[in-house]
Amino acid sequence: MIDFSILVNYFPYYIEGFLNTILASVLALIGSFVLGSILAVFRITGVKPLQWIGTAYVEFVRNIPLLLIVFFFWYALPTFGMRLDGFQAGTVGLTIYTAAFIAEAIRAGILSVPKGQMEAARSSGMTYVQAMLHVVLPQAIKLVIPPLSNQFINLIKNSSVLTVVAGLDLMYFADKVNGDSYATVSAYVFAGLFYLVLTLPMSYGSHVLERRLAKSS
Amino acid sequence: MDFAGAYSADNLRFLMEGLKMTLYIAFWAILLSFVIGCIIGVIRYMQVPVVSQILAVIVEVLRNLPLLLIIFFVQFAIPQINVFGLQFKFTVPAGAIIALTLFEAAMISEVVRAGLKSIPKGQVEAARSSGLGSIQALWHIVLPQGLRRMVPPLVSQFISLLKDTSLAVIVALAELMHNAQIIIGQSPNYSIPILLLVAMIYFVVNYTLSLISRRLETRTA
Repeated sequence: MIDFSILVNYFPYYIEGFLNTILASVLALIGSFVLGSILAVFRITGVKPLQWIGTAYVEFVRNIPLLLIVFFFWYALPTFGMRLDGFQAGTVGLTIYTAAFIAEAIRAGILSVPKGQMEAARSSGMTYVQAMLHVVLPQAIKLVIPPLSNQFINLIKNSSVLTVVAGLDLMYFADKVNGDSYATVSAYVFAGLFYLVLTLPMSYGSHVLERRLAKSS
Repeated sequence: MDFAGAYSADNLRFLMEGLKMTLYIAFWAILLSFVIGCIIGVIRYMQVPVVSQILAVIVEVLRNLPLLLIIFFVQFAIPQINVFGLQFKFTVPAGAIIALTLFEAAMISEVVRAGLKSIPKGQVEAARSSGLGSIQALWHIVLPQGLRRMVPPLVSQFISLLKDTSLAVIVALAELMHNAQIIIGQSPNYSIPILLLVAMIYFVVNYTLSLISRRLETRTA
C-alpha cells in the first residue's frame, strides 16, 4: 500500500516543494508580522480614522476565505497590468490574510499591559512612541509569542493553497508525484509526513513555551 | 471591469447555487464535526485508557496537516485503499464533508477538552462526593458550565470551517468559490466584480455568525 520507492524516486520533487513551502511561510510570517503590528497600533492609538481602517481590515479579512484573497492576486491583479506567478500571488495572499490574525494577537497583548505602565512612562517624560517601544511592547511580547507561534503553524498548513494557483509548494509537488506515478496513497502520505516534520515539533514547542511563559509571569 | 456583465441574472443565479452548496457542506460538516469532536473531547477529558491515547495521536496528526491534503486524500487516496476487499468511494460533496469533518472534529475536540478542563476540579469532587457517578458529574456539572465557555472558540471554529469549504475547489466541488472561478473564466473583466461580490457573501454569512457568538457570550457571561 505504501511504496517507499516513491519517496526515493521523487525525493527531489518533495524537497523542492518542502523548501518552497518553508520559504512561502517564512516570507509571509515576516510580512504579516510587519503589517499586523501596524494594524494593531492603528487600532489602539485612539486616532479615529486609523482605528476604523484597522478594525475594517481585521474584521473583513478574518471573515473571508484565504483562497479568495489569493484569487484576487491571481485573477484580478492582471487586469491592472500586474502579473504575479503562483508562488508570489499565494505568498502575498497568505501575508494579507495572516496579518489580520496577527494584528488581533498583538492588540490583545498590548491591551493586557496595565494602563499605569504607559501613564508612568509618559509622565516620566517619554513620548508615546518611546513609551510604546521601551515599556509596553517588551511586556506585551511575552503574551504575543504563543499565539504568534500558532499562527506560524497555521501559515505552514495554509501555504498549501499555493497548490490551487500552481505555486510549486509541497502539496503541488505531491499532486505531481501522484500524476506521474499513480501511487496516490504513497504520494500523499509522504507529503503528509513532510508537513508533520515541520508542524509537529513546532506545535510541541509552542506548548512548552506557553507553559514556561505562564509559569514565569 | 464589467460590473453589468458580471452581475447578469444567470451569473447571480449560478453564484447562489454555489452558495447553497457551500452552506449545505458547511451545515453537515459543522453538525458531524461537533458531535464527533464532543465525543473525542469527552473521552480524552475522562482519560479512558488506551482509547484516549490512540485518539490523542490521531487528533495531533490531523490538526497538524493541511486541510487541502486531507481533502485530496479522502477524494483520491482512500478509494485506492483496499481493506479486506472493501473499497470506499465517495461522491465529491460526500468526500468534502468527510474531509472537513475529520479535520474540524480534531480541532473541535481540543476546544471541548480545553473547555472541560477549565472547570475547577473541586466541582467534580464535590459532585462525586455527593453521590453522583463520574458520568453523571460530567453530564450535570461539568458539561453545562464547560459548554458555555466553549461558545466563542466553537463559533470561530465554525467560521473557519465555512471559509475552508472553499478549499474544495481543488476537487471541483460546485460550491461558491468554484462557481465564481467558472464565471471569471468567461472574461477577465469579470474577475474584480465577481471576487468582490463573493467576498461580500462570505463576509455577511461569517460576520453574522460572529455577531451571534458575541451575543451569546455577553448573555452567558
